Amino acid sequence: MSDLVTSEIRDMAGHLALPRLNGELVFDAPWQGRALGLAIAITSSLDVGWDRFRQELIRAIADDPDRAYYDSWICALEALVVHEDIATADELNRRASAL
Amino acid sequence: MSDDHHHPAPMGDVERRARALESLLEEKGLVDPTFVDAVVSAYAEDIGPMNGAKVVARAWADPAYRRRLLDDGTAAIAELGFGGPEGDHVVALENTASVHNVVVCTLCSCYPWPVLGLPPTWYKSPPYRSRMVREPRVLLAEMGCPLPNDMEIRVWDSSAEVRYFVLPERPAGTEKMSEQELAGRVTRDSMIGVQRL
Repeated sequence: MSDLVTSEIRDMAGHLALPRLNGELVFDAPWQGRALGLAIAITSSLDVGWDRFRQELIRAIADDPDRAYYDSWICALEALVVHEDIATADELNRRASAL
Repeated sequence: MSDDHHHPAPMGDVERRARALESLLEEKGLVDPTFVDAVVSAYAEDIGPMNGAKVVARAWADPAYRRRLLDDGTAAIAELGFGGPEGDHVVALENTASVHNVVVCTLCSCYPWPVLGLPPTWYKSPPYRSRMVREPRVLLAEMGCPLPNDMEIRVWDSSAEVRYFVLPERPAGTEKMSEQELAGRVTRDSMIGVQRL
């Protein structure tokens, strides 16, 4: 097992569980894999621990349980960025609209 | 978890938001794109069934590990860094020349996912769940695993408390293989018990 893969992320259960097919992670689009990588990278560089993101993800899924799984990751990442004062929601929206 | 996670996301807005996040975090120096690449490929290659394959290969290569695995599966898979939520007991079942083990969950779809990843669709199907108990020899043959009549078949019913997986017999002709090569020979189906290697 790679050092980058930790059981606290890999083995998240229930609604939080990473979507898999026959054991392999399933990404419907490349950005979904990037979302996973971003969440791991940002919690590491902020040194806040995985649980910090996990709590945002729990809230994002609870806000809209029918939302597609990795869409909730994006919502959770945005919330983390805002709550950690890295950027405002407006900044994120402007940046997204400009793409 | 369920297939509900597999809704294709509408392309467009959410992807733009993902890109906005990434470019912002990169600019702020909070995320290194090569690190993100490394994380994504590490997770993509972290295949559930391969965990089980590593466990089996270690048991084939190391008799002491094999004994520990058969004595206490949960502890033995934890030695290799695999495990699930608290309370899941993983039990390895030893196939021999005269005994074939096969795993089913008659109630729902309990499955040793820390070692095998997600269950295949057929594992959750009512015909598999009922027929593997009623007529295992017939069903195994239908699934491409015909067994000699004198081979004893043991059917194990997984539950939320105890998750079984099969330790297949080491195939002949693999004596010189490295543990890694051995792991490559192990299949998910052989660890459920619907295939012999």
